[in-house]
Amino acid sequence: MATTQNEGKKRRTATTPAKRGATAERQDHQQLDPQKLLDFYRKMVEIRLFEDAAQKGFRTGKIGGYLHVYSGQEAVATGFLDAYEPGDRIITAYRDHAHALLLGSTPNEVMAELYGKGTGLVKGKGGSMHLFDVKNGFWGGYGIVGGHIPLGVGMAYSLRYLKTDGIVQLYLGDGAIHNGAFHEAANLAGLWGRDGLNPTLFILENNQYGMGTSVERATAQTDLGAKFDSYGIEHEKVDGMDLDAVLEVAHRAAKRVRESGKPYAVEALTYRLVPHGAADFLEKYRTKEEVREWKQRDPIALVEHELLESGEISEEQISQIRDENKKLIDEAVKFAEESPEPDLSELKTDVYATAV
Amino acid sequence: MPVKTYRDALRDAMAEEMRRDESVVLLGEDIGVYGGTHLVTNNLIDEFGPTRVIDTPIAENGFTGAAIGMAMGGMRPIVEMMTWNFSFLAADQIIQNAAKLRYFSGGQVSVPLVIRGPNGGGVQLSAQHTHSLEGFYGHFPGLTVVSPVTPHDAKGMMLTAIREPDPVIFLEAGALYGTKGEVEDGDYTVPFGKARIAREGTDVSLISYGRQVPMLLRVAETLEGEGIDAEVIDLRSIRPFDSETIVNSVKKTNRAVVVQEQWRWFSVASEVAAILQEQAFDYLDAPVERVSGAEVPAPYARNLELAAFPNEQQIAEAVHRVLYRKDN
Repeated sequence: MATTQNEGKKRRTATTPAKRGATAERQDHQQLDPQKLLDFYRKMVEIRLFEDAAQKGFRTGKIGGYLHVYSGQEAVATGFLDAYEPGDRIITAYRDHAHALLLGSTPNEVMAELYGKGTGLVKGKGGSMHLFDVKNGFWGGYGIVGGHIPLGVGMAYSLRYLKTDGIVQLYLGDGAIHNGAFHEAANLAGLWGRDGLNPTLFILENNQYGMGTSVERATAQTDLGAKFDSYGIEHEKVDGMDLDAVLEVAHRAAKRVRESGKPYAVEALTYRLVPHGAADFLEKYRTKEEVREWKQRDPIALVEHELLESGEISEEQISQIRDENKKLIDEAVKFAEESPEPDLSELKTDVYATAV
Repeated sequence: MPVKTYRDALRDAMAEEMRRDESVVLLGEDIGVYGGTHLVTNNLIDEFGPTRVIDTPIAENGFTGAAIGMAMGGMRPIVEMMTWNFSFLAADQIIQNAAKLRYFSGGQVSVPLVIRGPNGGGVQLSAQHTHSLEGFYGHFPGLTVVSPVTPHDAKGMMLTAIREPDPVIFLEAGALYGTKGEVEDGDYTVPFGKARIAREGTDVSLISYGRQVPMLLRVAETLEGEGIDAEVIDLRSIRPFDSETIVNSVKKTNRAVVVQEQWRWFSVASEVAAILQEQAFDYLDAPVERVSGAEVPAPYARNLELAAFPNEQQIAEAVHRVLYRKDN
């Protein structure tokens, strides 16, 4: 898998194939205001370039631990987080860079965290898997598959118990849905939702593989949305590569959850265009043809195509957006590289509220 | 001062704090309508209703995790583990989330959560329903682990626990729920990290916590008949740990016997022995003795169960060894 392409190569893989398949797929959707679409495009390119730079940092040994990037899934978080309102709480697993960036964390502080620097989002204490930015509504960033799901459901209870109108956007992968934590928490969400005490919007990011195990090899009930039926949680599917489609369902679902205090689930069908983790070199579990096929539907290329078709934007402007973002990410890398490591005095802080 | 049971002291603490602070809620299996398996939450649902006394399905991972989420959301939940034996099903939530969230969020997240319930054995519940988990939970930084013995401490330590900004593992001595003692009315707290000298003495320090403490007081009375003046220390708190009180005691008595129901390997008694050799080495006149549970899963038959846990005779023998006296 080429994941450290230079800009030129990147653009070709991202745009050319999409032009073939995109139009027919998207004709039903209402067109967005081109200016708004351009903003989404800009942000999605930022995320993709951020992830490319993170992978480069990992492969050159500057980023430690594990690294899970979001490339290919950008339309999902971009669409759903457009429905974010102040007071909402967002929680996800370890593929969490995009969520932080979309909620307002700067590329500098996120990259510095990956580099293990004291200027990082969580002071160099969590790394890639534990991004938190509570002031922006981002409540992490968790490394144990399924383990964060009960937390999201509990936060949703607190939002209604404390009489706010916030909701929780709870992201989980297809791999997490087989975990007991999901089933126990979904059951509570459904139960508490009957009394309007559980405004949880489950966003199931089905990227087809739990690490390297396909949905078909993980469960006999491959219609993953059906898992929510057991708990009285209504659900629907969306094409997670299609930003317009995600935006439509995101706003509708968020409104529904906000107004009812009941959980709702959306399964977004999407795809990792990159390996599971930066150390997933072989990718024996999927074929090159399959990856190539999905790349035809690269969500960024689809938006780019839509923008060009609309005539609102030229190839030149597209290049300009990429150049601006490239500069932003280069600066983030420079900031991360030049930032100091955490002070050693930080080792023993934040274990308890008061230092022991 | 009013005399109350350990059970009622716990309930009073929770009920009083729930009246003061609306963010305090209870969750657990059969704590509401049923009244609580050990009746610690009996009738609370009548006063506070089902949104504050929340009956959960039998799913410890789910409801413990949800309680952590409530704590992150600004509430102060108290989770009842029907018994601590079931907490293994929630261990991922307790250890991987509650204990570490403050740290891996760079200090952005607090988890003011109490998890409480009966710990330890002694009533023939056999292997899967008998564990003493103070050493297990005491191992993890980020958790606070306490174990009150008297009704007075049960109330005062519960009030401290509810007001803590971090997760507290509150290990109740299940065998002591029905025991009585003086309990102050109203709001008072017993701080964590401060041991209690349950009996003063000069010849040997008997150190323990939980349901072993009343046993040690009985042993001390027996020893008094032999002319041995034993000091009994109730640790109260496993993490944070009060080294000062045990070190000062041993500086006075020069001998220590540590008693626990849990298994000896990698246990609280082992940690106490290590602290004493580090901080009171020059004062020790004998190796520190550890009296612990037998290294077997808890058996069912009454005689086997009694043989699996420390008894008064074993403790007296250990005292005789540290005093270099022959057993009677």
